[in-house]
Amino acid sequence: TVNRPFSISHSSVDSEEMKKFQLLAHKWWDEEGEYSALHSMNDIRVPFIRDTLLSMRNGYHLGNPLSGVKILDVGCGGGLLSEPLGRLGASVTGIDPLEDNIRTADRHKSFDPVLAKRIQYKSSSLEEIVEESMETFDVIVASEVVEHVADLETFIKCCSQVLKPEGSLFITTINRTQLSYALGIVVAEKIMGIVPGGTHEWEKFVSPEELEHLLESNGFSVKTVNGMLYNPLSGSWSWMESTSLNYALHAVKSGAEGQPLPTDTLSEMDSHQHSATAGTA
Amino acid sequence: LGHDIHFHDKKIALLEAGPRKEYNHVPDRYSNRVSSISPGSATLLSSFGAWEHVCNMRLKPFRRMQVWDACSEAMIVFEKDDLDDMGYIVENDVIMSALTKQLDAVADRVEVFYRSRAVGYTWPLPSHSSDTSPWVQIELADGRRLQTKLLIGADGHNSVVRKEAQIKNIEHQYDQSAVVATLHLSEATDNNVAWQRFLPTGPIALLPLSDTASSLVWSTSHEHASELLAMDEESFVDSINSAFWSNINHSDFIDTAGALFRSAISLLKPSGTAVRQLPPSVAKVDAESRAMFPLGMGHATEYVQHRVALIGDAAHRVHPLAGQGVNLGFGDIACLAHHLSAAAFNGSDLGSLKHLLKFETERQRHNVSLIAAVDVLKRLYSTRLAPLVLLRTWGLQATNALPPIKVRI
Repeated sequence: TVNRPFSISHSSVDSEEMKKFQLLAHKWWDEEGEYSALHSMNDIRVPFIRDTLLSMRNGYHLGNPLSGVKILDVGCGGGLLSEPLGRLGASVTGIDPLEDNIRTADRHKSFDPVLAKRIQYKSSSLEEIVEESMETFDVIVASEVVEHVADLETFIKCCSQVLKPEGSLFITTINRTQLSYALGIVVAEKIMGIVPGGTHEWEKFVSPEELEHLLESNGFSVKTVNGMLYNPLSGSWSWMESTSLNYALHAVKSGAEGQPLPTDTLSEMDSHQHSATAGTA
Repeated sequence: LGHDIHFHDKKIALLEAGPRKEYNHVPDRYSNRVSSISPGSATLLSSFGAWEHVCNMRLKPFRRMQVWDACSEAMIVFEKDDLDDMGYIVENDVIMSALTKQLDAVADRVEVFYRSRAVGYTWPLPSHSSDTSPWVQIELADGRRLQTKLLIGADGHNSVVRKEAQIKNIEHQYDQSAVVATLHLSEATDNNVAWQRFLPTGPIALLPLSDTASSLVWSTSHEHASELLAMDEESFVDSINSAFWSNINHSDFIDTAGALFRSAISLLKPSGTAVRQLPPSVAKVDAESRAMFPLGMGHATEYVQHRVALIGDAAHRVHPLAGQGVNLGFGDIACLAHHLSAAAFNGSDLGSLKHLLKFETERQRHNVSLIAAVDVLKRLYSTRLAPLVLLRTWGLQATNALPPIKVRI
């Protein structure tokens, strides 16, 4: 692990990272543009979130499956994930440290009268909202974010603070393996330009084992880990057994007593793929 | 879509140029515009409760279809092994009435604007950073304005939506018109067979409506069509009977060649030639039921664009000789509804090209081969030239003897 330079505010936001995203703030909603891979990721991450939540609820309506659910989208960017979740009925709060991102997100949702009411955006870091949002949210979504944060443990602690007991945390991120360096950085960024150059730093990638360990020692119980694969030719994502590249993770904050639930040997090969896609039309 | 559960909180508007059509009770006379509804289309209609209404009104199932050539003895018969219904002949007005009833049932989600017309469309700009609305704006003739995330063009072969969206259309007017009429048969019969005979001027078809009535669809040259409409009822009936029964187009050469081929087939495949049934003869025609309309073929180069989709005749137009036009449209609907429903359940923007393209690929793959085949058949059967007649005679006889091909058709 590389020693990060000591930052003034003990924050999970990394200012170097912010600069990278600043340049592309207006490109979020171009479906064929720099963010096309994130647009198509919705095709698997939205059903994953939706079906996992539905399997934990009773009495939902298929026409409005996430109605009544309060979701925090951390690092929401231009709102690519907030909008579909909002369309499914959830009340979404999207936060992002970069003001330009929030501006883009706000403008895009303003044209849709339904979404304009269901989604609220705020330019803020996670720590800044902890004070006013203790145990407010049913669900936190941190998709393609943890590989950009400065201090992962602080980030997770904050997630725990704003999440209701037994609330769900969804993370998608990239594993730190030789394969992810070769494909995720060299090919994706430098050769094929699937991801804008310099977006990712391999040293900040997190392996599922590390993430699970951090989560379990901070009051979470990891329920599901699934590998994800991007096909650059078709521009689409699919699930796969191996988590050596991208993966998605679902964890639940332990109940009111505050005791972390005992960990079973969770091997990541024990993929709950079928439960995650149950109930798809 | 109004009945789809994933569309529970969506709003749909239907712009209909015509008046509201509903039957409180079915009129005694048959309407002269009918369609042959395939079992697949019937399934679609029953998936949202419309088929039940159709059954309560009026329809005629048929079990068998006999198609033969005027220039030879070649014939092909279609029927399902299990003696199930092959399809249904239903009046278009009956279908409309059934649909109206089911639209009423979801009036809170679907708003129908009868007698309305769109006079202007404003398309969203592709770049998303603009300040103008990213949705499609529609201006109606009465001045009202609507905006939508997805505009579906179902406005027929002269589709305005398609033209305004600047989607190119490959089209070709046939030098034929179709004459339709409601006919009464000489004697009551089971009448569960659909008949079609290919004359050199075009196919003539008799579609059963009841034990005593059938609907006529006769595709022929524009001049002949006008003559048919102008002549008195008796001559009209005579023309129809002679079209089905006369053998003047046969030539010895073709007959012999056909007979030789048939005996060859029966050597290889004893059951390969079916029994030829005789079509019913017509006694009279319903007054005022004669009408004609020109025929053509068309295919849009694209079915979809950002926030736009074309279905039915707006996307493709075929010759009625295969009775498939409306069924292709129903197929489009089933496919588009499926993709939109899945997109809604994923929280996607309904106008997004991602799922619209999936619809386009699926349907173009299915439609293009059928449209091309119908066009080829139309041309192949429009001639008396011996070589082509021989080709199609043998082709028809061979196809009749080969179950796998017949099943595919």
